Amino acid sequence: MQREKNNIFKGVDFWLVIIYATLVFIGWLNIYAASTSEIHTEILDFSSRYGKQLIWIGLAIPIITVVLFIETRFYERFSSLFYLAAILSLLGLFLFGKNINGAKSWYAIGSFTLQPTEFAKAFTALAVAKLLSDNAFTFKPFKNHVKAFFIILFPAFLITLQPDPGSGLVYLAFLFVFYREGLPAYYFTLGVIAIALFLLTIKFGYFASVPIMIYVCVILFLAFITYVATYKKNYLKHNWVQLTTLLLITCLYILSINPIFNNVFEQRHRDRFNIVLGKTTDTQQTGYNTDQSIKTIASGGIFGKGYLEGDRTQGKFVPEQDTDYIFSTVGEEWGFAGSVLVIVLFVVFILRILKIAERQKTTFSRVYGYSIAAIFFFHFLVNIGMVIGILPTIGIPLPFFSYGGSSLWGFTLLLFVFIRLDANRAYEW
Amino acid sequence: MQKGALLYFSVILVGVIFIGRLFYLQVLDNPYQTSPLNNASIKRIYDYPERGYIYDRNKKLLVANEQAYDVMVIPKEVQPLDTLEFCSLLKIDKATFLKQFNKAKKYSTWLPHVFIGQVSKEDYGPLQEKLHKYKGFYIQKRSIRKYPMKTAANIVGYLSEVNENKIKDNPYYQQGELIGHMGVERVYENTLRGEKGVKRIQKDRFNREIGSYKEGIYDSLSSPGKDLTLSLDAVLQQYGDQLMTNKRGGIVAIEPSSGEILALVSAPTYDPNKMVGRIRSKNSSLFFGDTINKPMYDRGLQAQYPPGSPFKIITGLIGLQEGVIDENTMVTCNHGFRYGPRNKMGCHPHASKVKLNFGIYTSCNAYFASTYLKILNKYDKVQDGMNAWSNHSKSFGLGNFLGYDLPSGQKGLIPDGDYYDRWYPSKRWASTYTISNAIGQGEVITTPIQLANMTAAIANRGYYYTPHIVKDIEGQKLDKKFTTKHVTTIDKEHFEPIIEGLSDVFNHPDGTAYASRVSDIEICGKTGTAENFANINGERTQLTDHSIFIAFAPKDDPKIAIAVFVENGYWGSRWAGPIATLMIEKYLKGDTNRKYLEQRMFNGSLQEEYNSQLDSLYRAEGKK
Repeated sequence: MQREKNNIFKGVDFWLVIIYATLVFIGWLNIYAASTSEIHTEILDFSSRYGKQLIWIGLAIPIITVVLFIETRFYERFSSLFYLAAILSLLGLFLFGKNINGAKSWYAIGSFTLQPTEFAKAFTALAVAKLLSDNAFTFKPFKNHVKAFFIILFPAFLITLQPDPGSGLVYLAFLFVFYREGLPAYYFTLGVIAIALFLLTIKFGYFASVPIMIYVCVILFLAFITYVATYKKNYLKHNWVQLTTLLLITCLYILSINPIFNNVFEQRHRDRFNIVLGKTTDTQQTGYNTDQSIKTIASGGIFGKGYLEGDRTQGKFVPEQDTDYIFSTVGEEWGFAGSVLVIVLFVVFILRILKIAERQKTTFSRVYGYSIAAIFFFHFLVNIGMVIGILPTIGIPLPFFSYGGSSLWGFTLLLFVFIRLDANRAYEW
Repeated sequence: MQKGALLYFSVILVGVIFIGRLFYLQVLDNPYQTSPLNNASIKRIYDYPERGYIYDRNKKLLVANEQAYDVMVIPKEVQPLDTLEFCSLLKIDKATFLKQFNKAKKYSTWLPHVFIGQVSKEDYGPLQEKLHKYKGFYIQKRSIRKYPMKTAANIVGYLSEVNENKIKDNPYYQQGELIGHMGVERVYENTLRGEKGVKRIQKDRFNREIGSYKEGIYDSLSSPGKDLTLSLDAVLQQYGDQLMTNKRGGIVAIEPSSGEILALVSAPTYDPNKMVGRIRSKNSSLFFGDTINKPMYDRGLQAQYPPGSPFKIITGLIGLQEGVIDENTMVTCNHGFRYGPRNKMGCHPHASKVKLNFGIYTSCNAYFASTYLKILNKYDKVQDGMNAWSNHSKSFGLGNFLGYDLPSGQKGLIPDGDYYDRWYPSKRWASTYTISNAIGQGEVITTPIQLANMTAAIANRGYYYTPHIVKDIEGQKLDKKFTTKHVTTIDKEHFEPIIEGLSDVFNHPDGTAYASRVSDIEICGKTGTAENFANINGERTQLTDHSIFIAFAPKDDPKIAIAVFVENGYWGSRWAGPIATLMIEKYLKGDTNRKYLEQRMFNGSLQEEYNSQLDSLYRAEGKK
């Protein structure tokens, strides 16, 4: 395990680095397009958003260097400490955080703000990798389920309290990792069924969705009976307690959907669901962003209006266009061709991470790689899904595209720690 | 890798779904596509023509325009300012200032936004002198409506900002533009407003204007709004307002020879100047929210009442036309009309053995009830008789929208055979079941304008023109439907004996309106007293009768036909009769010498009657 100190790039997967650089570059071009105005005309004007983003990009280089310089074992050994630091910084927000747009998510040092949420993802991924790579760890005993879920749900909980529920939801991505590492499939199945039931009930109302649920239940029950009768004749005898509990919980859940939706959710959340489910068509208040975003993308046509020629982008039709809605700029100015390119880049990027993760020799690296692939996937899915109007409005950034130093650095850290872990192959044995 | 495949395929699946959605949005036709003419890089400058003026039949100015001044703001250009002085200039407080400023900023930092709308002429002077000190604020002129005669609010309507639905339906309108609501402003909106012109200017991405878009091929010039001349006599209308002070009801006067509406009074009403400018929104909710007096409800067009005795004229005419009576037919009336062993329609005391003429001027119920039965019983089936009666009645324009050029109205009701077949599904009903219709009670209901139109048709001896309010649109020809003669199903000769009776209503000492006669005008008319019921606490409760009067004059060359309704005015000759005759006098002579009567009408109030009605309603509610 000797390391050549003079070449930190040895073993680095350059495909990932190239895709990363391409995404960051395209991202910046679009931030320039979305935030330019007649006031700023110089590219190196650091009071503008695109000027600042250029600084963040520049500062990412030393971060990358440091990350690549550090020994792999360091990440593994200190991962618990990193996790602790992440939790503390999230807790600290409640005391020292700066309130921007109603959420205490930022530390402010002068005019400079830092969002620990963006870094917590990387540290949680390390902690998950550490836990799952423990030789004694399997998903067999139930207490290990609790441990694993505690690690991801604790930061998610703190973030949701900021309140930034969108970023809290990101931690659900770890379910993919747990599943890959042996978590029983019924967590996934239950999760999917829970979400489906939730949407069904909101869309059709409680009473209208009951018949649908009954059909589903009958089918599931028949399938279950067939299964038990063929394979596990004694199954019912041993598991009737669990099955009854499951049945009860399902009933309670279904009954609680409407009260939760109507009482726990806030009106803006309800509106977002209602808009995506087509229950209300609102293009002026809550639905304004989505409507403008979709229209802006649609106006791009096949080849787009050309760089800096998107009049809806330049006219600032879409709020938050350089952060959460950055993809609409791509859609307008680069058209279908450019949008597909970006989507293909993201898909290839995530698949490449997965491929590399699967070739890792240590469980730690594999779990970590899998975690970041899942996180990137979640951001990609939720952000673009929202911008093109097929998912409800959940404000999380598009990796490498959305304006913001914290998010750029957070994602860079996430990726390059993995690149570093992977590069280690070159030195092993 | 087996379990890892889940994420692997999820990524690919999501990628495919996204590309599919983008294909739909960007390549295929879809409802999200926007017109290139609405590009943000194209600035549209509108040139609004002045809205047309509205005159009355004597060229008196009813609706004019006045300059108003909006204080506009472009938030990006605003510099720190002395808010205290600025607020006092605009007569607002600091909270309003902040609220308006933030609203403008939220709308757009670089687009102009109305900061304070419609500043009055008095405030404009000092403001104009000092406004140059405040960067980012400027004044935009626009014209607003003004109503010099302060009358006919229900006819002219008002202007207010166009609502969202209208903008969706009609791409002509932009947010913040004014559109006619109610009345003539609404019906003749396109004529009055003209066509705004638009210039499209291309801007570059720095928001600088770089010339006209595509050499101006999409630009258009504005075309001015046209002036309207109404058939209304504004002085007569004002006089009607005065006569109806503190009463509820409607007056409709029509020129029989043309169908032109001379007056359309609805009481209570309001000063149209109150629905203009900055006071509009406050007054609008006040007027629309007044569910007791309902000033926005046009009683001349929308209120449906049983017509009462004036309807006896129609029954009489139908009787003559169907040949079941003639001038000399005699009917016995012994304080009423007995039409069954236990059924009797009451009548007031008068000499018995009634002829047609006498029946009209004393308003004998028995005479017309018996005529009605004769009409229905002439046919083998009562349904056929009912239909014949119904068709004759409807030929006077009753029981349906008349088709006049005002946007509100009600159909009223003239029942026919089918109507009673629905009531009695066995279809076994007799003419006597519907006998109240004979005297304008029962199921018959009409609006005041229908009644005025009916009167015009009687005055014309058998025809009418669709009533209309617009006389002339800058020489443009009137819609053909207003110049088409509608002929009733009653032959001309049958009108003369009836009109003689109507004349005797004033001239015979026993006539019901003998007290209201005017010495030098030969008026024909008919009093009416309509019973009316309200559903109070689930019980059918009889309220004070409505006072009704119809009249036309002069007898041989009718110039005006009029219908007057006064809600809960006890009986016809008490309020409606004097009001109708005073209106006729005012129109034909310009003045009256019956000053005492005029004063009594001006000052007479039915408010106590209305209040006691409300009281009993509250009591009934309380009991519940």
